[in-house]
Amino acid sequence: MPEPAEHPLLAVRDLRTWFLADSGPIRAVDGVSFTLHAGETLGIVGESGSGKSVLAKSIMRLLDEPARIVGGDIMFRGRHLNQLGDAEIRQIRGREIAMVFQDPMTSLNPVLRIARQLVEAMTAHGRFTVAAARKRSIDLLRRMGVAAPDRAVRAYPHHFSGGMRQRVMLAMGFSNEPALLIADEPTTALDVTIQAQILDLLRDLNASLGTAVILISHDLGVIANVCSRVLVMYAGEVVEEGAPEDLLSDPRHPYTWALLHAAPRIDAPLDASERRLATIEGQPPDPRAWPAGCRFRARCPFAEARCAEPPPLSATGPTRAARCWITQDGSSLPPPPRRTAAPAAAAPSAPSAADSPVPMLRLAGVTKHFALARESLFAPPRMLRAVDGVDLDVFKGETVGLVGESGCGKSTLARLIARLHAPTSGTIAFDGQDITTASIAEMRPLRRRMQMIFQDPFASLNPRMTVGDILAGPIALHGLAGDPALRVAELLDLVGLAPAHAARYPHEFSGGQRQRISIARALAVGPELILADEPVSALDVNIQAQIINLMVDLQERLGLTYLFIAHDLAVVRHVCDRIVVLYLGRVMEIARAGDLFARPLHPYTAALIAAAPVPDPRIERSRRRVPMLGEPPSAIAPPSGCRFRTRCPIAAPLCAAEVPLLRPGADGQFVACHFPGAL
Amino acid sequence: MASRLVTACIMVVLASFVVFLIANTVPGDPVLAQLGDLAAANPAVVAAFRHRWGLDLPLWERYWIFLEGLTRGDFGESIASHRPVMQDIAEYGPATVELASVAFVLSLALGLPLGILAAVRRDSWIDNLARMISLVGVSAPTFWLAFVMLAVFYGALDWAPGPGRLDVAAFPPERLTGLLLLDTAWLGDWATFRDAAAHLVLPAVVLASSTLGLITRTTRAAMLDALSQDYVRVARAKGLLARTIVTGHALPNAMLPVVTLGGLAYANLLAGAVMTETVFSWPGLGRYTFRSAVAIDFPAIMAITVIVAALFVLVNLLVDMSYALLDPRTVKT
Repeated sequence: MPEPAEHPLLAVRDLRTWFLADSGPIRAVDGVSFTLHAGETLGIVGESGSGKSVLAKSIMRLLDEPARIVGGDIMFRGRHLNQLGDAEIRQIRGREIAMVFQDPMTSLNPVLRIARQLVEAMTAHGRFTVAAARKRSIDLLRRMGVAAPDRAVRAYPHHFSGGMRQRVMLAMGFSNEPALLIADEPTTALDVTIQAQILDLLRDLNASLGTAVILISHDLGVIANVCSRVLVMYAGEVVEEGAPEDLLSDPRHPYTWALLHAAPRIDAPLDASERRLATIEGQPPDPRAWPAGCRFRARCPFAEARCAEPPPLSATGPTRAARCWITQDGSSLPPPPRRTAAPAAAAPSAPSAADSPVPMLRLAGVTKHFALARESLFAPPRMLRAVDGVDLDVFKGETVGLVGESGCGKSTLARLIARLHAPTSGTIAFDGQDITTASIAEMRPLRRRMQMIFQDPFASLNPRMTVGDILAGPIALHGLAGDPALRVAELLDLVGLAPAHAARYPHEFSGGQRQRISIARALAVGPELILADEPVSALDVNIQAQIINLMVDLQERLGLTYLFIAHDLAVVRHVCDRIVVLYLGRVMEIARAGDLFARPLHPYTAALIAAAPVPDPRIERSRRRVPMLGEPPSAIAPPSGCRFRTRCPIAAPLCAAEVPLLRPGADGQFVACHFPGAL
Repeated sequence: MASRLVTACIMVVLASFVVFLIANTVPGDPVLAQLGDLAAANPAVVAAFRHRWGLDLPLWERYWIFLEGLTRGDFGESIASHRPVMQDIAEYGPATVELASVAFVLSLALGLPLGILAAVRRDSWIDNLARMISLVGVSAPTFWLAFVMLAVFYGALDWAPGPGRLDVAAFPPERLTGLLLLDTAWLGDWATFRDAAAHLVLPAVVLASSTLGLITRTTRAAMLDALSQDYVRVARAKGLLARTIVTGHALPNAMLPVVTLGGLAYANLLAGAVMTETVFSWPGLGRYTFRSAVAIDFPAIMAITVIVAALFVLVNLLVDMSYALLDPRTVKT
């Protein structure tokens, strides 16, 4: 990285960006100052609504009405960006400051070819002729790791996966050799393996081109991976600033502290008897009326009387600062108190086949093939092999995790178990009863015993029904005894909501509260098995921790069995007793959580673990990298032999010829690999 | 493609079958419509009339004769005019095609830019204007609008000529296509061209009003949707000109619903100009349809049905094909 120059590349001073709404100003960014030097990598972290994206849009002047920069200054290379006219700021956008957004699936125009979208970015600033820009597009795509770039430029966006589209977006961002690239959650919509590839690319581009990077993320691990400096935002303000090494090992603001401890870590010691995470109470404050004094005070576990006065952002070390009275004297915050484990409840911590000989759920050779439309009238029918031969036992009281990249068949598997789909072949038994071909009528009494929780709490609750009706529906449907109103109040209490909430509608609740309602709905009929499909993926870190704690509590109190689908390995490792690793519809490995992460036997498991970011740059630097190339192949025509062989670093000729069977390894670990543990 | 053409033909035949059944089962008898009271009371005359027009044949046989004629493009003889139906349609058709086409071009030429501007300058005066025009255009009854336009611009102000395609004193040009604007331009008869164009203005505006409203509204909604998409934000972040973003990024995405609606609107204009043609004494298909229905002129009714059905099927086919050009995602790879 080049030495910081005398003048910073970007200097933001006391920036205030407010949404001038009819109901009063929403102070989204409320007095933010920072500087960025040429070639520097700055991370900005914070939860939804902290103002980080609005800050980025303010710099690019991409604000939509009614958002307005109402105060402060943005100085970039000697120009006040906040004072430039439309034509002048247009010369900066894309030319000197480029931006990459979160969702690559919607960021490219679906009706224009890739070439056109790349070329116009270059010709708009008159730096390239169309011919030169066309040639450069191909070079850029090659540089970004897009296969066959000369063919790729002629394609339309829908031909590409999310990861490839984000590479195209990066190519676009770097096309005019900008001095600054702002990346707003660039990997949030991607799988962890693809995320690792994109972050590597970003780091590499920063190092080789000297482009300064502002990386916005809610994930401390992602920030630690790429950035040399971090800003933590809360309620429109910077609450802490410093090097990630310092901030993440010794946070000096209680909010940073809470973020750090709320997220389960892939490298933390495991304790199956205590799965609760440290959380902070409450919701972020209302941006229409920030609280007086320290804005974090109401949720802060360390709050004192002097916190009623607003604390300044003051230096807590030579290269760091925090907005907190407690640490102003240079002291550190204590680690979160270890909760004393609840007196061992009836639920055994690690159930095994020996404890209960009949599994609650038994899948044998389960497949689900979806027929696709024929390519032409005479083409053979095509099959999407979503799930392709899965054997799995789930025992009462345990939590089994299902992990794998998007498209590996995790959600289809959950739907098969709930019999929302009928399996193509194989058998599914629930509590000893074969439900493979059970009719709707035969399934109905069983549905009471197994319920689902979905990922998106905004889409899974009917917006026109009150919470009370949502919860009473399943009770009435199954003709359960008792007073429904009483039961609704009981359920709301169970998930940490007030009985008065029954009269409200879903839109009146935050994402975390809605997920509590979804859980209450699942619990309404007193199920034994909960199929949770990415239940915490759409939530902020602290809310995620609250929901995980709730699920852990409920399991202890009600003796629930969970099938827990997630793509976040640290969450799965933290919550689950056993973990199933899926790849292209097949089980690659099954092991107890601790064993799987301590010694993964399958190269795919090892690669997944290596790709998960750790919020500590020192550990991140020393970690073993497992090269995993490319993206999962199509489930329509999976590779012969071992499905993972096309991306496997240790694939041998045998792997193409023979399908590895799921075989028991040491200590109850199962693996489908010809060379288990060789990586 | 071939399979879609076959489907299209089947749909046209099905439509003809449905109309054939309906026309023959609803009360109403061409005998009473065509013959005088005295003749209708004479069983011998009635029987002769029925035999002359094939009305004494069984239903299925009459339909078979119709289908057989259809394969040769022969719709039979009109009961009312005693001429081949095709000849009638060739005479009245061009007037409607000309009127509908001018109305369609008018509504596109005004509706598209108005809808785009309204979306780009949302909540400005032009947006309000666009919303008002679409509301009035869609909701004002055609016959009322037609009378008001005639009364104001012909009766009171005398800015526009009266009903008809040409001035009563004018000589119609030699019939080439039947489309007066084309024929006079081809012959270089500019005086008659101006006369024909002037006569087109009022009926075209009246006919275009509802289509204009629909196209403006659809364009506005589709553009608003496209402009709110992430790729538009990306285009802004690239530093593109606002004009390029609107025409190069948002517009191509907004065209799909507009094309769908436009196709149907054109077919509707061709098939549904009865009111306007009646008020403006326009010798077109609309009035011919009306007359045939009143006269219970089976061959004419069937011919019009088949032509209208074919028109809609054809327009839908063209719209579907244009999707492939407009949206690469609909092309199978």
